[in-house]
Amino acid sequence: MNAPAYNFAYLDEQTKRMIRRAILKAIAIPGYQVPFASREMPMPYGWGTGGVQVTASVLGPDDVLKVIDQGSDDTTNAVSIRKFFAKTAGVRTTTHTTDATLIQTRHRIPETPLTENQILVYQVPIPEPLRFLEPRETETRRLHALADYGLMHVKLYEDIARHGHIATTYAYPVKVDGRYVMDPSPTPKFDNPKMDDCAALQLFGAGREKRIYAIPPHTRVVSLDFEDHPFEASRTPESCALCRADDTFLDEVITDDKGGRLFVCSDSDHCEKRRGAETAA
Amino acid sequence: MTDTDVPLLVADGLTKYYGRQLGCRDVSFSLYEGEVLAVVGESGSGKTTLLQLLSTQLAPSAGRVRYRLRDGATRDLAELGEAERRFLFRTDWGYVHQDAALGLRMNVSAGANVGERLMAVGWRHYGRIRGTATQWLDRVEIDRDRIDDPPLVYSGGMRQRLQIARNLVTQPRLVFMDEPTGGLDASVQARLLDLLRGLVTELGLAAVVVTHDLAVARLLSHRIMVMKGGEVIETGLTDQVLDDPREPYSQLLVSSILPP
Repeated sequence: MNAPAYNFAYLDEQTKRMIRRAILKAIAIPGYQVPFASREMPMPYGWGTGGVQVTASVLGPDDVLKVIDQGSDDTTNAVSIRKFFAKTAGVRTTTHTTDATLIQTRHRIPETPLTENQILVYQVPIPEPLRFLEPRETETRRLHALADYGLMHVKLYEDIARHGHIATTYAYPVKVDGRYVMDPSPTPKFDNPKMDDCAALQLFGAGREKRIYAIPPHTRVVSLDFEDHPFEASRTPESCALCRADDTFLDEVITDDKGGRLFVCSDSDHCEKRRGAETAA
Repeated sequence: MTDTDVPLLVADGLTKYYGRQLGCRDVSFSLYEGEVLAVVGESGSGKTTLLQLLSTQLAPSAGRVRYRLRDGATRDLAELGEAERRFLFRTDWGYVHQDAALGLRMNVSAGANVGERLMAVGWRHYGRIRGTATQWLDRVEIDRDRIDDPPLVYSGGMRQRLQIARNLVTQPRLVFMDEPTGGLDASVQARLLDLLRGLVTELGLAAVVVTHDLAVARLLSHRIMVMKGGEVIETGLTDQVLDDPREPYSQLLVSSILPP
């Protein structure tokens, strides 16, 4: 028997059309979670099945694809998804943010500002920002429909009451275009300001939860907060051990079992570029 | 005609059938601002059904409920959109459940429980929300040190008082109470009633109190409505009905209280 022949970018054209319709609707209603008929993908749920389906649906033969996982181009998830599309779609891939036209990401937004020629696709595990406050899906949908978001602030209130400050550091809720409260996927809150007025189209795919949502280019994205406890894009107060950047989001790397550790940029491409510029100078 | 001459809430021929089973039939009354109405009767007499019809949690099979909104317009509640109804529910109304766990978020702190309504109507200043919550804890006699404890670790009486604070924080004009003292021991009941009576007069609240406990009705209410088998069989001023009941069933109800 012959090896199965895959359609361009794995999914068949009907499926892509269905997903594109969901994406168009999501763009038309910024921040609104559009249900879609999520397919089984050749990877387990939680590994980016939603992001992969969105990427497969918007990918064209001329696109240049970059995949990052926690900011890095060389972790398992990033490498395997990049290889997946190189094989099934034959598209060019890159690790350079500026060369890419389509970037699929898990947990980070690249440090390099994005442009209007780029699309950023997020992998989303739990799309519902109210999930752990209100367990009923029927009720959360109603709350979204009525823009009844007092509950979201109850969570932030609890944070301050317990910790003295808003201790939510990732998946920090945002309000999109003054209407829908949205979970920005588990990106660190350091990245929240990058979503605001971003030139690139941002698409969010949740495969297991079967939801797609979007932020069109140049849309207002506001992180929720209190007047006397304003939102803060927090980062570790260290600089990168490799490129010495002090304005990027850092990963903590344990180097031995005696308490040794160092901090490095989580965006590996950004870090490499900075080091390259240094050696050239 | 001034505002106080127009009733706050008017029930008109309210009827509810659960399939073939009667919930309540043809209940009509008017409630004015600052007035407390007690609905008494044995279990199964349609008291809770009536309360749920009035608070739009159930749709009536026949009849309607009209309510005078803060802007002075009296509207049929069935015609309000869901957003308007929810807004009414978290600003102008309160609902005190018999089981405090239904009316509270058991896992979030007392402060957030009281503050939730404020945040829902747009308060965005943590200090002020907390300040108001503290004041309300004082008013319902909960130690302010307990503000960060969840109601899960509160006693039954404290939970009930917290529920009251949570409901009154937006200064509602109308409060529905379903057996507010049910399941509490006698001394805690007495304290709670005392507190409720104080708050109701102080804030000029209108209230519909459903209870099977005639002592609650006597202490809290101005008027009383006796229900049996889904129908109202007697209405009147509280002391009048309790001291001189006209209907045989009301007489039975009053005489069935054990003398202390």
